[in-house]
Amino acid sequence: MTKTINLTLKVWRQKGSKDKGRFDTYHAENISTDMSFLEMLDVVNDQLTIDGKEPIAFDHDCREGICGMCGCVVNGRAHGAEKGTTLCQLHMRHFNNGDTIAIEPFRAMAFKVIKDLAVDRSALDKIIQAGGYVSVNTGGAQDANAILVPQEVADLAMDAAQCIGCGACVASCPNASAMLFTSAKVSQLALLPQGKPEAAKRALNMVRTMDELGFGNCTNETECEAECPKEISITNIARLNREYLKAGFFSRSM
Amino acid sequence: MNWITGTLGSSIGKKLMMAITGFSFCGFLAAHLAGNLTIYGGKEAFNGYAAHLHALGPLLTVAELGLLTFALVHVITGLTLFLGNLKARPVRYAVNKSAGGRTVGSATMPYTGVILLAFIIFHLMNFHFVDKTDTTIFNIVANAFSNTGYVLVYIVAMVAAAIHVSHGFWSAFQTVGANHPKYMPLFRTVSIAFAVVVGIGFGFLPIYIFLLA
Ligand code: SF4
Ligand code: FES
Repeated sequence: MTKTINLTLKVWRQKGSKDKGRFDTYHAENISTDMSFLEMLDVVNDQLTIDGKEPIAFDHDCREGICGMCGCVVNGRAHGAEKGTTLCQLHMRHFNNGDTIAIEPFRAMAFKVIKDLAVDRSALDKIIQAGGYVSVNTGGAQDANAILVPQEVADLAMDAAQCIGCGACVASCPNASAMLFTSAKVSQLALLPQGKPEAAKRALNMVRTMDELGFGNCTNETECEAECPKEISITNIARLNREYLKAGFFSRSM
Repeated sequence: MNWITGTLGSSIGKKLMMAITGFSFCGFLAAHLAGNLTIYGGKEAFNGYAAHLHALGPLLTVAELGLLTFALVHVITGLTLFLGNLKARPVRYAVNKSAGGRTVGSATMPYTGVILLAFIIFHLMNFHFVDKTDTTIFNIVANAFSNTGYVLVYIVAMVAAAIHVSHGFWSAFQTVGANHPKYMPLFRTVSIAFAVVVGIGFGFLPIYIFLLA
């Protein structure tokens, strides 16, 4: 027998970016505690559809914590209160029968609400387009071990590369800053030899784009690190600061 | 875009200016506190310290102008960052909880900053821009702190300073990129220790003078 619970949901409903939006109350009944948060929303949406009402729009894709598409603010916490968890991996066993849950979209100037809980996070893609890549020449593939990378450095790069671009760092930052995301994307490349040739241009362009998109300024509140589902460390932000200042003051890049 | 304004005008550049000016103020606080401790040596010691300081002449003026410039940079940049951050989240959350990252210090930086700015103006008007021809600095200080209101204002300001420094000190290291697993725990501990030293070190002086009178 699986345990079931009943919940009251206060969900942000907004028809589109022009609509002002408001909270509506729904009742989620007989929710199995084995369900994920998104499955719980599916159940609510099924009922809404049967009742001829508009289902709640929310983003999702893999539902296994690797794609970065899901994410809402649940009771004031991005992806809910569990540590190192995406919303799709947040299970209903962390809630109690009779709980009231407030569900809001990620809020930032740079993330416009598309509908209800779905927000436009293409601003993060624009930061990547500004320099979050390495240029690779075509031709005969070189030997895989030609460039040596110490294990420790590879691990650090892999830690940074865990970022799934979900935007929870922006959502949880009191300043709506995208520094943790940008720092992870800069770090994963800056740490490796393949990323070095374009390091200066990358840091300058990505930070410049981040600023232009209307994200806030980092004030080292460290809420992002505490909330990130992939537990990306703020040491990456320090690395981004170094990369950026080095590029700004000492490189030939403008 | 000129490369200097481009680099310093970015979000990271502005933070760098906050960090460098902030570091200087930490240095200034330490020096100021060390000087103030001469008050425990009594009237002569304190007046002697003031006389030594003024004997520096033009050097002192240069230091004062430097501090004034840094203060302007710190305040104007801080204000720009604060307003920019308000703009970055036009719609606030209905329910907002901390994940445990923020501290009292980090969450109140703009507010403790404003308190400190108001205090510094008040403080300079009390002890700096006053006629000292027929009196000594010790008398001015002793006179001011015989008043409970003054003592209270100073204590509140020093608590604000301690809270501000508790975040500002380690945060400045992070901003200049000095986050290293070997040293960061130390910076964070020193940050708290320095905050306590500033709070108690400066905060107890008015109480001491008050009790003496
Ligand atoms: S740094 Fe963490 S919170 Fe931010 S986008 Fe990447 S995975 Fe999400
Ligand atoms: S749906 Fe892919 S991470 Fe949650």
